[in-house]
Amino acid sequence: MRFIFKTSYAQDLRLFQHGGQVFWYGLLLAALFSAPAWAGEYLMTQLVFVAIYSLVGFGLMMLTGFTGQVSLGHAAFLAVGAYTEAILAARGVPIFVSIPAAAALAAAVGVVVGLPALRLKGIYLAIATLAFNVIVEEIAARWESVTNGNAGMPVAPVTLFGHELEPDRGFYYLCLLLAVAACLACINLLRSPTGRAFVAIRDSEVSASCMGVNLAMYKTISFAFSAALTGVAGALYAHKVGFISPEQFSLLVSIELITIVILGGVGFLHGAVLGAAFVIVLPQAIAVAKDFLPPTMAPSGLQAVVFGIVLILVIIFEPMGLYGRWLKIRTWFELFPFYRRGMFRRQRTYTKTERLR
Amino acid sequence: MSFFRVENLGIRFGGVVAVDGVSFEVKKGEVFTIIGPNGAGKTTIFNLVCLIYPPDTGRVVFEGREITGLAPHRVAELGIARTFQNIELFEHATVLQNLLIGRHRHRRTRFWQDLLFTPAVREAELAQREAVERVIDFLELAKYRDSLVAGLPYGVRKVVELGRALATEPRLLLLDEPSSGLNPEETDDMAFWIEDIKKQLGITVLMVEHDMNLVSRVSDRVLALNEGRPIAEGTPAEVQSHPAVVEAYLGAA
Repeated sequence: MRFIFKTSYAQDLRLFQHGGQVFWYGLLLAALFSAPAWAGEYLMTQLVFVAIYSLVGFGLMMLTGFTGQVSLGHAAFLAVGAYTEAILAARGVPIFVSIPAAAALAAAVGVVVGLPALRLKGIYLAIATLAFNVIVEEIAARWESVTNGNAGMPVAPVTLFGHELEPDRGFYYLCLLLAVAACLACINLLRSPTGRAFVAIRDSEVSASCMGVNLAMYKTISFAFSAALTGVAGALYAHKVGFISPEQFSLLVSIELITIVILGGVGFLHGAVLGAAFVIVLPQAIAVAKDFLPPTMAPSGLQAVVFGIVLILVIIFEPMGLYGRWLKIRTWFELFPFYRRGMFRRQRTYTKTERLR
Repeated sequence: MSFFRVENLGIRFGGVVAVDGVSFEVKKGEVFTIIGPNGAGKTTIFNLVCLIYPPDTGRVVFEGREITGLAPHRVAELGIARTFQNIELFEHATVLQNLLIGRHRHRRTRFWQDLLFTPAVREAELAQREAVERVIDFLELAKYRDSLVAGLPYGVRKVVELGRALATEPRLLLLDEPSSGLNPEETDDMAFWIEDIKKQLGITVLMVEHDMNLVSRVSDRVLALNEGRPIAEGTPAEVQSHPAVVEAYLGAA
């Protein structure tokens, strides 16, 4: 077990708490940046998708995991980003303009959705965002002059200074850089007053406002930030798949996106990446498994069923998600042989009769 | 100009008149306590002062400025901090993080700076941390600094909540039953801290409390309520022997 000797307040503000972290995260980054050299085409495609889903994961984690605002409509922000990028790319707008534009538009839509969210809580907010998802999907299908309706629209490959980015090399680095930048931005927010205000809102709105946190402002910021990251992911997604149509942004996709957060571990940034990887790998695993199952056992809806079952199992047996499981395993080794079963169980929270609303 | 004044405050919930025509004034630097039997409307007065509920009648004036109608976070920004009777801490955060949220009203940096964690943010964070550490020293919370609140015993949470309110560097501190759920030793500590808050930190305290021992030890003046109406006001000894107070607690002889 590692004990960190703290000698200054600045130590708590560092990105990495000790040398071990520097080593392991450095190794991970080195592996990711050298991936085009050693990974095959198939793995590269998966890595690109994991990077894109991680971006959504970070956005949703900030909103749901840290601010406590549930969203079942994030596919709509993905759609806003994707369509913005597709339309701008078709007009020859360079990506260093179009991707920020996709982020800005998604953020603006996020603010609009966030405003009713100031009055809604928990399940009601989930229903409102769900409705919003349906509205955006419908707009994408009906606004044919802009989105080309249900026929969908092709998306041009990414070009940078007149050169087309190779999907396995240039485009991969673009996705990776944006995902790493988003991760750093989230870490920065969480170690500064803004992130603390988010967490305060999640844990107790009454006392957050009594500490001077402007609930309306911070909820709106959280929605906008989350939507912006999802918009960037949408723009990258559009380029990656090369063709977008409204059904790619349906309610089921939103549920897949919230699955990232819940599977990964609500309230851990690591969880966003782990969840994204899981959500990408699971359909592949199902596809492989289908080959070995008798035809009657492999209906077309198998994927949705497996997703549902996994989600339920995680919520019941491992509410802290994949990252929580990893923390437990690590603690078991660190404390061996003193680990106790109940170590991560939280003490009963005292009854809150005074809690308002 | 009075420091803090409540005039003719009243609110009803449906047919229940919870608070009716309550007026009082708190002088700078004193400990003012509101007592009363269960359901007398003490906590409701707190919620009205913090503007969690908008009052039906009356107004609240702080340092010559009417604060009725402001949003709760604006009240906090003016320098009024509070604790809750049933503890409203941020459960899944450490004690240190809880106290740092108390510094929110002193934040100087903007969202964009936070996003990039600019040197200005780093500098501000170090300053906030130093302020929080002063509170940790004052309340002797050092050994709990990095523990999660969810795992702490009740008595310690109560102190953490007091610490979080002190971290805001308030001019007026509202304490809602600081001794409820505490054992006699912890109550004793609480009494010392309230005296220190008044004398060392010079913070005015408005408190709701049941424990008459604590009340008479720390309060300068006491207001007794019954069924939402004031029945007596004065020094602790005067109020305790006031016939209306005795009747409210024990019934008519």
